[in-house]
Amino acid sequence: MTDIHTPGSKRTLGTDVIIIGGGIVGASAALALRQKGVAVVLLERDFCGSRSSGINYGGVRRQGRLEAQLPLSQRAHHIWARLPELIGIDGEYVRSGHLKLGVNERDMASLENYAQMAARYELPLEILDQQSLRRRFPWISPTALGGSYCAEDGHANPRLVSPAFAHAARRRGAQIFDQTPVSSIEHDGQRFIVECPQLQVRAPLLINCAGAWGHRIAEWFDEQVPLQVSCPNMTVTEPLPLFMDASIGIEGGSIYARQVSRGNCVIGGGQGYTTSDTTARPGREAILELMKIASALFPALANAHLIRFWSGIEGNIPDRNPVVGPSHTTPGLFHGFGFCGAGFQIGPAVGEVLAELIDDGHTPTPIDAFAINRFSTASSTLMSTCIVSGDE
Amino acid sequence: MSHAASLTTLPPVIVGAGPAGIRAAETLVRAGLRPVLIDEAAKGGGQIYRQQPDGFQRPAKALYGFEASRAEAIHASWRALLDQVDYRPHTLVWNSEGDELDLLQVRDQHYDGQPWQQLILATGATDRILPFSGWTLPGVYTLGAAQIALKYQATAIGSRVVFAGTGPLLYLIAYQYAKAGVEVAAVLDSAPFSAKWQASASMLRNPPVFAKGLWYLGWLKARGIRIEYDAHLLAASGEQRLDGVRWRQQGQEHQLDCEGLGFGYALRSETQLADILDCRFAFDELNRAWLPVRDAMGRSSRDGVYLAGDGAGIMGADAAEWAGELAALAVLQDRGMSVDRARIHQLQQQLQRTRQFREALEGAFPFPEQWAHEVADDVVLCRCENVTVGEVRALIGELSLQDMNRLKAHSRVGMGRCQGRMCGLAATELLAIGSGQSVADAGRLRAQAPVKPLPYAITPTVQQWSPSLSVAEEAEHD
Repeated sequence: MTDIHTPGSKRTLGTDVIIIGGGIVGASAALALRQKGVAVVLLERDFCGSRSSGINYGGVRRQGRLEAQLPLSQRAHHIWARLPELIGIDGEYVRSGHLKLGVNERDMASLENYAQMAARYELPLEILDQQSLRRRFPWISPTALGGSYCAEDGHANPRLVSPAFAHAARRRGAQIFDQTPVSSIEHDGQRFIVECPQLQVRAPLLINCAGAWGHRIAEWFDEQVPLQVSCPNMTVTEPLPLFMDASIGIEGGSIYARQVSRGNCVIGGGQGYTTSDTTARPGREAILELMKIASALFPALANAHLIRFWSGIEGNIPDRNPVVGPSHTTPGLFHGFGFCGAGFQIGPAVGEVLAELIDDGHTPTPIDAFAINRFSTASSTLMSTCIVSGDE
Repeated sequence: MSHAASLTTLPPVIVGAGPAGIRAAETLVRAGLRPVLIDEAAKGGGQIYRQQPDGFQRPAKALYGFEASRAEAIHASWRALLDQVDYRPHTLVWNSEGDELDLLQVRDQHYDGQPWQQLILATGATDRILPFSGWTLPGVYTLGAAQIALKYQATAIGSRVVFAGTGPLLYLIAYQYAKAGVEVAAVLDSAPFSAKWQASASMLRNPPVFAKGLWYLGWLKARGIRIEYDAHLLAASGEQRLDGVRWRQQGQEHQLDCEGLGFGYALRSETQLADILDCRFAFDELNRAWLPVRDAMGRSSRDGVYLAGDGAGIMGADAAEWAGELAALAVLQDRGMSVDRARIHQLQQQLQRTRQFREALEGAFPFPEQWAHEVADDVVLCRCENVTVGEVRALIGELSLQDMNRLKAHSRVGMGRCQGRMCGLAATELLAIGSGQSVADAGRLRAQAPVKPLPYAITPTVQQWSPSLSVAEEAEHD
């Protein structure tokens, strides 16, 4: 790594790989590259892990993911198992179990189909009928007909975990710059030249981990991704006696809920609205609806109070898969963005995959479904199927 | 700050029925409007002129002392307004989205929405808190809470009490308690006595207020009540509840037994609603806080939002009355109605003079800047989330934190029920020192809805699951 100070001009750095974006994907990639001895400069517009990576619901689940994501998700599952060794904190990660509820026969059938598919990826899911659901999870109202239980899925505290990946990378020698927005990127035939207000960085390799804004960087390199932002609503209750001993989702999509060891119930669901390019607020109607559903499902919430709401900006892609892999226009450029509100669990595995693509030229984890050129043909067809309907 | 008069059809909405809100409502009613007046309390008057519950019959003089005539005037105005405004007592404004406020009717826990085109925020203030060892023990109150216990419910916080901290309220409360027959064991002022004399020359610009302050002090001294200056709280002692207080004074430690302790360091503005409404904030040196900016009429940076009273900077009850009237005149101006320009000029001059006096008052009761240097690591900083001073100091160092919202994300300070309304200021002081920045540069906690905890009971109980319940067809997020 070179650090050249030219008098009268801004700081100039040379490195092997530039990463744009310090969310969990960018920070994991930085850490994985440092583990391989590759020099890294990471540029974060705000603070590492302060956007969606840090303010999401905190679900660490494989159950419910699209089939194409299961190998990546399984890989991530093994990374999460050694979180303290990797990032120095436990991040409040617990394998509480994840229970996906069905509220009608159609949803139960859908859960059963999913369980059969997941078994092929060595993801064991246990289908519970109404009776066993009542026996095992008596705190869920009889509204639920049954569920699908994944014992080793769980949840963690994203506020702690995502910044900790950046700190771990920094400890391993990555140069990480917070509050450093990228104003332009050029390629001089050999290297990318990334301009920031106080800094210029040059490197032969560049990874775009810019989250919900990643498609804009892709566009600079003539790659179109039909990304649209969404703003999931999140709420948290005051601390309550512990009762919710599994993280909860609902088949077909609705609210999702978990309880942390301090007793607060974190419950997400519905959409907020953007207040600027980078900020979002929860939506009133959706919050009231969320409260209605949550109190119908969990009688223990009847006398509870919500103490805080929030929202953030996620990048949604019509087929609900992210963009992960090499650029199809620009050698040396790699992408890892657009996780459709579900990048927290797989983020660390994506970081490893990106590091392998860069250092080894290939990865053992299948990522074809995430190729960026999948939008270039028949993209209008893909756009027209942009109906998000549960986790199927 | 252009507040266009176009198409204003809705009645103005006022949040807060203290001195500012009531004067604002009165001014609007006088101009022929019927404003909506929303207030958390059962009756108008705000904290300073809080009315006693029904059935209590203490005279105004006993409740409000020198302020009795002002309190009675405010209450009379409030009573006269009752059938001329759309009055919503027991109502919390907990959020705003678009041009509609979200309300909670506190008694029946019912939801209500309130559309607005012109909105006057008169949200008032709470005590400014600096934690010390044992401050969460039963028996320890803020000065404001100690005063409300007496004024509202005719209850003392103990039969032998100590009042500590700084600010004009300190002597007033000590006087009120002593007059009510409670044994005031000591008044511990964190400001040095010299500050009072240095400030007194400029305080003479407002002789009545200055005279009142001196009078309380003289009254307390004449009754032999112990007053200590440059006295810094170290600890409230006790196992299950408070049994004594320790403080440091010129290098010496002192101790007193007591069963009630009131403390506070003047007041801080309640600004969350202005923040949720996206009003622009600027750092105010006098208040040592980020405050919503307003022009000389009380217009905020957001079209249609007006600010009045202590909620936008601590100026006291008299200034709140003037600012409330002024904000209402701005509302009328912006509706294209004619207003009395001479009256506007007069109100602005009175507010200007109050501002000068307020600066002198800050000299007499300076903020104890040494607190953040001296407070012990084992003191609980955030009582909602049980975070200590030491934990916060360590995180600031380890993670090189520089911004209050990042400190919140990493430490949980400000994430609990009060959302940092109690501890936020103290945490900012620690962050400023730990990061080598000014308090201004350490930033401020972003306000998040709900402004106060929102009960689940606000939603009707759902007996049967139905498809219409679905929030949206939506995937589960990580």
